[in-house]
Amino acid sequence: MTDLSVPATTPFRPSMLIYDRRYRSMTFQVIVFILVMALAWWLVNNTIRNLAALGKDFNFGFLWQRAGYDIPQTPIPYTSNDTHLRAAAVGLLNTLIVSILGCIAATVVGIIAGVARLSKNWLIARLMTVYVEAFRNVPLLLWILIVFAIFTEVMPPPNAFRGENPTASMILFDNVALTNRYTAIPTLGMTNDPGSLDLGARITISWATLAFAVVLVAGWIARRMIGAWAQQIQDRTGSRPTTWWMSLGVMTVPSLLLIWYFGLHLIPPTLKGFNFTGGLNVQNGLVALWLALTLYTGAFIAEIVRAGILAVSRGQSEAAFALGLRPGRTMNLVILPQALRVIIPPLISQYLNLTKNSSLAIAVGYMDIKGTLGGTTLNQTGRELEAIVLMMGVYLVLSLSISAGMNLFNARVKLKER
Amino acid sequence: MSETHAQTVPFVRDTMLPPADPPVREAGAVRWLRENLFSGPLNTILTLLGGLIVWFLVSHFWDWFAHSVWNANSLAECRQIIAETWGEGARGACWAVIRERWNQYVYGFYPVELYWRPTMTFGLLFVALAPVLFSESVWIRRVVLVITTVLTLWLMVALGAPAAWLVFAAVVLVGAILISERHPAWLLVFSILYPLLGVWLLWGGSAWGPIMVLVGPVLGWIAWRLLGRVSSLIATIVALIVPLVWWIVFAGDAARDAESLVSLAIPAVDSDRFGGFLLSITIGVAGIAMSLPLGIVLALARRSDMFLVKTLAVIFIEFIRGVPLIALLFVASLLLNYFLPPGTTFDIILRVIIMVTLFSAAYMAEVIRGGLAALPRGQYEAADALGLDYWKAQRLIVLPQALKISIPGIVSTFIGMFKDTTLVTFVGLYDPLKSMSDAVRASTSWKGIYWEPYIFVGFIFFLICFCMSRYSMYLERRLHRDHR
Repeated sequence: MTDLSVPATTPFRPSMLIYDRRYRSMTFQVIVFILVMALAWWLVNNTIRNLAALGKDFNFGFLWQRAGYDIPQTPIPYTSNDTHLRAAAVGLLNTLIVSILGCIAATVVGIIAGVARLSKNWLIARLMTVYVEAFRNVPLLLWILIVFAIFTEVMPPPNAFRGENPTASMILFDNVALTNRYTAIPTLGMTNDPGSLDLGARITISWATLAFAVVLVAGWIARRMIGAWAQQIQDRTGSRPTTWWMSLGVMTVPSLLLIWYFGLHLIPPTLKGFNFTGGLNVQNGLVALWLALTLYTGAFIAEIVRAGILAVSRGQSEAAFALGLRPGRTMNLVILPQALRVIIPPLISQYLNLTKNSSLAIAVGYMDIKGTLGGTTLNQTGRELEAIVLMMGVYLVLSLSISAGMNLFNARVKLKER
Repeated sequence: MSETHAQTVPFVRDTMLPPADPPVREAGAVRWLRENLFSGPLNTILTLLGGLIVWFLVSHFWDWFAHSVWNANSLAECRQIIAETWGEGARGACWAVIRERWNQYVYGFYPVELYWRPTMTFGLLFVALAPVLFSESVWIRRVVLVITTVLTLWLMVALGAPAAWLVFAAVVLVGAILISERHPAWLLVFSILYPLLGVWLLWGGSAWGPIMVLVGPVLGWIAWRLLGRVSSLIATIVALIVPLVWWIVFAGDAARDAESLVSLAIPAVDSDRFGGFLLSITIGVAGIAMSLPLGIVLALARRSDMFLVKTLAVIFIEFIRGVPLIALLFVASLLLNYFLPPGTTFDIILRVIIMVTLFSAAYMAEVIRGGLAALPRGQYEAADALGLDYWKAQRLIVLPQALKISIPGIVSTFIGMFKDTTLVTFVGLYDPLKSMSDAVRASTSWKGIYWEPYIFVGFIFFLICFCMSRYSMYLERRLHRDHR
């Protein structure tokens, strides 16, 4: 191709557009471009004609109209008099809540199951194999429906907890009540409430939450600084000062002080009449969806963790022992950094899958963004095109930001090759 | 010499002692238990914990399982039988619902007298798959084909298939066995024709439709042969355009005219009669068959040097991977009418198949891209050094190796897609899991039955997916070429 001995003296002929490799890719791309543009024009033209035939237009004005429907679980204040936009925001927050809770729990379950599957203990390894295979080979929808059915069919109604000899009892030291309508869990109460910061649009955030956030971030930065200081001393003198108690201190003591200052305590749910009050009544749809997503994704994460650990060859840990590293440090300094490189990329796609699978919430009536914007709002306003385009846009932004964030993390742990 | 020495009797052992048994703790079951279950305090705790879990599960579900009832016509009858046999308050599984609704779970609302058609289609699927899946081992292929033939013919007789169709199925199946003994590659012709045959058998209608579809490529091939002497480029372009023009402009009328001359119609079945595993398997097989080639094209496009092609591939893949399948299914059911010319309506199952195919093709493309990236650069350079052009290099050197590396990923994408066919319930189709179980519960006799339908459907899905994953492991071993 780049033959320098033959200068490009041949005059240009049209056939060179196809037979000359210098021009062929250009020709091909122009053709592809024309075809794609034609397809796009065709689709847009069809849409315009169809909309005109139906007497509809394409605008998002409906988002500012009154929604007129209720949402059982609302992280921010919402009534049926609010706009469709606010309903969509509530839905988005509900999606985020179940996704974040699911990702955290699935990671924990997955790591435990993945490590346990490699255990030398025959029984535990077999049990985990059964768990992983059972959950990986059966549709997620089935698990969601089964868990939901367990809640709605097996759990007692709230009034079974009543009376002198109740037929049902609360679990976890009388803190959690599993009923067939909701799961009552305790909430946090403060004796010394500092009030809330108003963010506008009836969204408030407690000063206490902000204080905890500030303290935790500051603690984390302080920990990093202590680590850097210890590293400096190690570089200079060769011996590393013991820092674990300092790190533990800066991470926990300020939080404990804040807990004491605000008088933070648990308010367990109590039965008043036919319902539990005082605590937080979590809709069973959310609990079932969360549990099913956790167990299903956990099985996939278990396989990823197992593959990651197996990918680090035995020689690595043997070499670390030969250098005299203790088992804990071997794990931290030799095995984990290498295993994480294998684990992180597929883990990201599992988090993405979990977030997208949370749209199965419609099977259990949990109002996520699919249930609000892509469900009730769509049905009430009849604006399929706008609602679905908007919903797909939201999912796309969500997915792209998760993968962007995790890719940043991946870039930090991945092998630095020269 | 001292006295003592004179009196020592030299002792030389001349017989071998029989080896002593190992200590009890170091042999047999005890040793296995010590090593695998109780090798330390942590392990002992874990074993006890595991035992507790197993005991909990068994003690809770054994009764229920042991008290299964297979013969009853309603849930009430089931409960009565359980109460009579095992006493008041006993719990038991009522599998009678599966027995009574078996046909509904397998065929949905397909007309009863035509059950033999999906059965025959499913049987012929194995003939179509034989040259692809079981190409290496003669014995496995023989066993699969013989079992398929016997089962298919037996089921068709049991379901009351007309004699002419029985003969047709017998000819195809026995013919396939005979051909595969001598020329297994010839069966690929049947694999190519199978999609048209399958669609015709499942949906019915006139045979002229599929035949006219087939005429398109034949016309293209004729054009290519005729124009090949003039210019290979023009020949290729015309060969691509002729079938398209034929399908869009002429095929419909030609099929109608031919049908009015010679009728080749079998009873048509509407898409809303499809349901149960028939629907899942139809969507699953169609999606699997189409998403692999599309995924390969997308993966190659994403690794292409051409900026525009690469950008388009990236946008498509990332868009599809960024939205949930449910959203795409809703696009198929609600929005596709907006994007197509006014007045166009086409089948909901077809729309769902297209969306499922696009969805898994995007995932497939990423899996195959991983395989392409894992291939050493030397392979690409060797192909260039041999003077192969792009497509020859891909076909002969790059793709065979890249696809082999990505087999586990490809099969898990297939499994994921097959599991996702249950989501069609949300666009109003009768999947076996939710819609069908709801339909069963809607009848008065089975009101309130939850666990048995779910467990049954879950078990069938598990069986199919588990077999697919085991097959991928077998394939991986079979194709393992290095480290011999």
